[in-house]
Amino acid sequence: MSAGGGGLGTPRALPSSGPRALRDMPHPLAASSSEEAASELTPSPDLLLPRSFADKDLSLPNGTPVDTSSPASSSSLLNRLQLDDDLDGETRDLFVTVDDPKKHICTMETYITYRVTTKTTRAEFDLPEYSVRRRYQDFDWLRNKLEESQPTHLIPPLPEKFVMKGVVDRFSEEFVETRRKALDKFLKRIADHPVLSFNEHFNVFLTAKDLNAYKKQGMALLSKMGESVKYVTGAYKLRSRPLEFAAIGDYLDTFVLKLGTIDRIAQRIIKEELEYLVELREYGPVYSTWGGLEMELAEPLEGVSACIGNCCTALEELSDDMTEDFLPVLREYILYSESMKNVLKKRDQVQAEYEAKLEAVALKKEDRPKVSI
Amino acid sequence: MERPEAEPLGASHSCQTGEAEPGTGPAEEEPGGAAAGTMMEDCLSKKIEITVSEAEKRTGRNAMNMQETYTAYLIETRAVESQTEGQCSPPDSLWRRYSEFELLRNYLLVNYPHIVVPPLPEKRAEFVWHKLSADNMDPDFVERRRIGLENFLIRVASHPIICQDKIFYSFLTQEGGWKEMVNETGFQLKADSRLKALNATFRVKNPDKRFTELKHYSDELQSVISHLLRVRARVADRLYGVYKVHGNYGRVFSEWSAIEKEMGDGLQSAGHHMDVYAGSIDDILEEEEHYADQLKEYLFYAEALRAVCRKHELMQYDLEIAAQDLASKKQQCEELATGTLRTFSLKGMTSKLFGQETPEQREGKIKVLEEQIHEGEEQLKSKNVESREFVKSAWTDIERFKEQKNHDLKEALISYAVMQISMCKKVGFASDG
Repeated sequence: MSAGGGGLGTPRALPSSGPRALRDMPHPLAASSSEEAASELTPSPDLLLPRSFADKDLSLPNGTPVDTSSPASSSSLLNRLQLDDDLDGETRDLFVTVDDPKKHICTMETYITYRVTTKTTRAEFDLPEYSVRRRYQDFDWLRNKLEESQPTHLIPPLPEKFVMKGVVDRFSEEFVETRRKALDKFLKRIADHPVLSFNEHFNVFLTAKDLNAYKKQGMALLSKMGESVKYVTGAYKLRSRPLEFAAIGDYLDTFVLKLGTIDRIAQRIIKEELEYLVELREYGPVYSTWGGLEMELAEPLEGVSACIGNCCTALEELSDDMTEDFLPVLREYILYSESMKNVLKKRDQVQAEYEAKLEAVALKKEDRPKVSI
Repeated sequence: MERPEAEPLGASHSCQTGEAEPGTGPAEEEPGGAAAGTMMEDCLSKKIEITVSEAEKRTGRNAMNMQETYTAYLIETRAVESQTEGQCSPPDSLWRRYSEFELLRNYLLVNYPHIVVPPLPEKRAEFVWHKLSADNMDPDFVERRRIGLENFLIRVASHPIICQDKIFYSFLTQEGGWKEMVNETGFQLKADSRLKALNATFRVKNPDKRFTELKHYSDELQSVISHLLRVRARVADRLYGVYKVHGNYGRVFSEWSAIEKEMGDGLQSAGHHMDVYAGSIDDILEEEEHYADQLKEYLFYAEALRAVCRKHELMQYDLEIAAQDLASKKQQCEELATGTLRTFSLKGMTSKLFGQETPEQREGKIKVLEEQIHEGEEQLKSKNVESREFVKSAWTDIERFKEQKNHDLKEALISYAVMQISMCKKVGFASDG
């Protein structure tokens, strides 16, 4: 008995994750979701939209033409996004901001909260404006909820959860600001997402005075959602993965690797630049000292000294910008890629289950004639 | 006005071209630049063109008959007139090694103590940063030394006084027997006593304020330029590191572009720019090394300046001692003549104890002393004249040197700044691209 007979070639595309549906979604990595984000970012526009490998002609063995514009790219998407940008003021009806970090010192722990402000005209919201305080834990909770409830959607990443105590100061201005920016971006992306922004957990996150009470309520339902835990673990044995997804997987693997290397190089450059700066700071003043000895040469010597001073300042700014603007973007995309890989894994798992069920059906069919009446 | 004191031995000047008195400071005509062609009317450099055009590795046997490797430099000289006539006659040339240059310079130092003698490029590589080699045989070092030696010769040839020196001229034109010629001048003896004197400690009662200040200045200048060169070397080291790490981007961008479609070209281009950027540091630092050499020249010049001041101190001290000596002799004479004992002296005591000397003896002594006093007075007179002449000619040369220094260093600083600016511009283009 051939378990792989009949219509068991390539599994049919599962309805809710068909490429068509994905394509219609504006990609969460798209630039238009927040203009603020775009102005903070210094990398060239190209970096904001990871490009696709898939300009080859693919089609599923059963003949369904596969739309080669995968979620991550396509100029048509870009055009659509740009169009959205033009109509921005008119079509966006949900605005979210994260600001005003405050430190809270309690007996058990010390932590930071951020103010989340919402302005909206949507009917789903009772009031036009909200202002609540949330801490990182709450954002993390929201993200998990979104992943659970919208498993086929790509949820934007959060900044790193864990920081090495002793290496990074969790309460330093720099760290808090970097985190705040990332959290702000996170919420804005969800707010601009046509599906995710209507998620009820998101609504509660933005509006509830006491989020913890709501969270506890949600826990009781965990058993139902218990299956979600299975999704992320293990690799699944598949008959064949559709080319499209295999390609995305390969791309992501390399992409993450390259970004990681770039991150390391960037950090090394910053380190070298700082060491260079140390020497430069000693260099400039020596010219001044020399100028003090001279008459006619005093002016040009002072001039050189001043120029070196300017270089020091400029270099400092450069390094700061690298740390504040460039590195976080790299890390964000690495996190994004990790999310995507999780989604792919889930897809694999669903495919595996589907195949298993098909096998089971086939077996039962074969058994049926044996059951004699 | 008399000739400056030290006539080099064996030099019968033929290079007199009816030039102005050395003491009137030709510096008024042009600030003394180092570049060939901007020289004063009188100087050798206007008449002949000097280049150190090549360097060659040689092996030979040294004084202890052991095999050694050294570098020889080709000195070419060509009469300037022959160029203007439109024909390029072949230059005269000969080979010299660094130690011969050193010999020449020592000779000049001894025989022209009132002149700030141009320095040689460094004997050993100093102020190096990690990529530079400290090896004297390293081709980059040899190349920079070649330029430095040429510069030295041109500076000497441009100096109104020392350019006329016969030994210098022979150095440029006579390959064989030059060393013997120099040694025959007997300058080595003087050299040894000069060195001793330079390092001796003594106190001058009435120092010339100008020279004291100048010596102080030269000490400070040496100190500040050394410091500057040390820090610059560290800066160069660090800058090299920054540029080279950027080069690592090149490969990653290249690899990344391979998996991208629309972004691929941009990434390739960025990667290429990073490679170009990383590679550009070698040229930048080479140019900077040239700037460092210019600073080093003046570091060594400061030493020469100090030597002139020291020489003056020495003369002053000599003068004071001579005057003191004379004064005490005179006093002795007086005492003997008048029979009064003003100061304690052993002679006085012994004569008191053992009886006065005979009038004849006294007469004899007085006569001797009077002769000595006469000699002493003559000597003191000539020493005074010497000293005044020294001060005059030294001060002239010092003024000339000051102008030259200001001019050269200003130019060096400006071109350093220009270089830095163009370097930054290049970076700007790279990041825009």
